[in-house]
Amino acid sequence: MKYLDEYRNEGVARKLLNEVRRIQTRPWVIMEVCGGQTHSIVKNGIDFLLPEGIELVHGPGCPVCVTPLETIDKAHAIAAKPDVIFCSFGDMLRVPGSDGDLFTLKSRGTDIRVVYSPLDCLKVARANPDKKVVFFAIGFETTAPANAMLVFKAKKDGIKNLSILVSHSLVPPSITYILQSPLNRVQAFLGPGHVCTIMGYREYEPISERYKVPIVVTGFEPIDLLEGTLMVVRQLEAGRAVTENQYSRVLDRDGNLAARKLVNSVFEVSDRKWRGVGWIPKSGYKLRWEYKDHDAEKLFEVKEIDTKEPSICISGQILKGIKKPHDCPAFGTLCTPLNPLGATMVSAEGACAAYYAYGRHLQAKHETTPEPETAARGAS
Amino acid sequence: MCLAIPGKVLQEFEAGGMRMAKVQFGGIVREASLDYVPQAKIGDYVLVHVGFAISIVDEEEAARTYETLKELDQLTELNAPEIDDESAGRRQ
Repeated sequence: MKYLDEYRNEGVARKLLNEVRRIQTRPWVIMEVCGGQTHSIVKNGIDFLLPEGIELVHGPGCPVCVTPLETIDKAHAIAAKPDVIFCSFGDMLRVPGSDGDLFTLKSRGTDIRVVYSPLDCLKVARANPDKKVVFFAIGFETTAPANAMLVFKAKKDGIKNLSILVSHSLVPPSITYILQSPLNRVQAFLGPGHVCTIMGYREYEPISERYKVPIVVTGFEPIDLLEGTLMVVRQLEAGRAVTENQYSRVLDRDGNLAARKLVNSVFEVSDRKWRGVGWIPKSGYKLRWEYKDHDAEKLFEVKEIDTKEPSICISGQILKGIKKPHDCPAFGTLCTPLNPLGATMVSAEGACAAYYAYGRHLQAKHETTPEPETAARGAS
Repeated sequence: MCLAIPGKVLQEFEAGGMRMAKVQFGGIVREASLDYVPQAKIGDYVLVHVGFAISIVDEEEAARTYETLKELDQLTELNAPEIDDESAGRRQ
């Protein structure tokens, strides 16, 4: 098929790579934000194809990975209550909490159901009026409209036995947080295509301006990623720093206005903890007061949960682009997808899991990331 | 899981006050809400994320993206169990 070839065409890829090579005069560190992009980069070996000196580091954009351990433990505590039916996307079932995962709980007889869409929970709640149905509402901006609609419908239709446990993260505050770190190495970003399909990219423009950092909203096909990389390298070499859109065939500057409107009516911005990273101000959503009757955090008494992550895990530094999976002594040995020690190994979209899936734990270290002291350099 | 999967709108219907559609993804047909893309109509290709269409794309984009997601093994969410009014009452 012609149109498939167009985006896989080796000739197009070579032209883009040659152009990056032609204009590049110095090393640059570029972060792709979205876990889907990380997966595509590692699978297609795009980071190995790029000329020496163009380094891709992998960002925090995997919602399963960054869901805090406390929230996962809270989910387990709620799911274990006898009058609860706990619903979740399939991705969350294998993510270990402090004591096992949802899949294990399910196999022991807890009523845990995998849903394709949050809307499925409405059916479960209607069919089980004597039970409390709780949905694990995780995600970035892409998933927020779906989760918002669930709560909006539950309130509107008077479905009182439905609530959600919210763990929603937002991309722009996380990249601002990365840029503010004294150890920051990232000089440009490939922005998340499907997040921006909902949100547009206006909110990235002031980040480009304030931190003098190019941001190019990019798709996740190999040619998209190469073109996005070329666009940021062009800006870096020219000393420009603006937000651009490589993925214009799918999204525009404003995103999906109908979806954004409903999200804003149901959720409000709040501080949020990110697994491996810690608290980031104004980096998540919580339910608005009007929806408090559907807020599982308020409805279920869960006593303070004390969690501990293995001290060897460096996922926090990986999520911030300071380190890469190979820099971790546990990567591929103590820490594997079957026995993940931290955020970046718990989901297939995490950087460590992607490296592992494509056999990079078997390779000699491709390169070690420079120590932060020598790497710290501003984008400006 | 932040990726949206392209599919073709086969059929429209109303359910519980929402504008729904049957959307075809390769060999799988699932329901999706069209509330966020009110302009979508039968025959259009839409990007669907967890049961919600979020954007309309052209056929070429849809085919390309579908192939990419398949290669990346990112279509598994389509295999999540179907929950209808009857099965909603039962444990999985």
